[in-house]
Amino acid sequence: MTPFDATRAGAIPGLAAAQAHDHDHGAGHSSPTAIGFWIYLMSDCIIFGCLFATYAVLGGNYAGGPGPKDLFEPGFVAVETALLLISSVTFGLAMLKAEAGARGATMAWLVVTALFGAGFIGMEVYEFRHLVHIGAGPDRSAFLSAFFALVGTHGLHVTAGLIWLVTLLVQVGQRGLVPANMQRLSTLSMFWHFLDLVWIGVFSFVYLVRLI
Amino acid sequence: MSAHTQHGSHGSMGTLMTGFALAALLTIVPFALVMGEVQISRIAMIGLIMGLAAVQILVHLVFFLHVNRSAEGGWTLAASIFSVIILVIVLAGSLWVMHNMNENMMPMPDMDHMMTLQSQQG
Repeated sequence: MTPFDATRAGAIPGLAAAQAHDHDHGAGHSSPTAIGFWIYLMSDCIIFGCLFATYAVLGGNYAGGPGPKDLFEPGFVAVETALLLISSVTFGLAMLKAEAGARGATMAWLVVTALFGAGFIGMEVYEFRHLVHIGAGPDRSAFLSAFFALVGTHGLHVTAGLIWLVTLLVQVGQRGLVPANMQRLSTLSMFWHFLDLVWIGVFSFVYLVRLI
Repeated sequence: MSAHTQHGSHGSMGTLMTGFALAALLTIVPFALVMGEVQISRIAMIGLIMGLAAVQILVHLVFFLHVNRSAEGGWTLAASIFSVIILVIVLAGSLWVMHNMNENMMPMPDMDHMMTLQSQQG
């Protein structure tokens, strides 16, 4: 079935049904949330693409200031990468437990995910503070402006994901794994995995390639 | 399509752990190359790191985000391919245009001298 057949056969009646039932998500018809959120993620992907392009163009302009080899520690970035990758896997485990209907285990894995995510953000804030402290802030050179814009935007996304995660923990705690909460968990899991995907580009292109 | 089929698309323990193993491997190799200061040419190293990153992005898409031809009647895949095309245009286009501009800039012999003066004052 091509996407166009799908539009004719499924999406439009689904949309009509969704409008008819208003907020009655997931009760016997397909919800447009998953595909809608995916479209948002793809547009976010293009924002990151523009920031990567900026870094690619400006990354060599140090204005006489420090360069990547003076500032980046591969070991530090490796730990950040590990924290984010493990948090992605623990979110996957939380989703599997949620599908099995195990509320306690779901919440436990979500807490583990939040701790790894918070660890990642903690390390990033530490790195940014350190860079600004040694006079390598975003105002030092075009290279550092591009670096802070790209890595900072990713960090803000992860922070937003963490706030969302805590909100969902409260909601699952109060109402359990009802269809509405399942949909929210499913949407956040897409967001969380997507941020890990963007980080692959960051650790490869922003850090490792510049340290050779 | 009920909530069950929709949320049933999160795969199994098997796919999650396969994805984790592949992603971990594809992360450890580039870090080992850089941190172990492996002696290969600079171009080969850059190619290897970017190639491994591209493969890992595909691993994440397939094993964690479950992008495939059947998800959402193909729309997820269609949207992903569209954004990849836009990304290629933005990235390759920016580099190409900026490279051309740098090549064709009027020569400014005093630029380096001015920069040194500026940084001394500032």
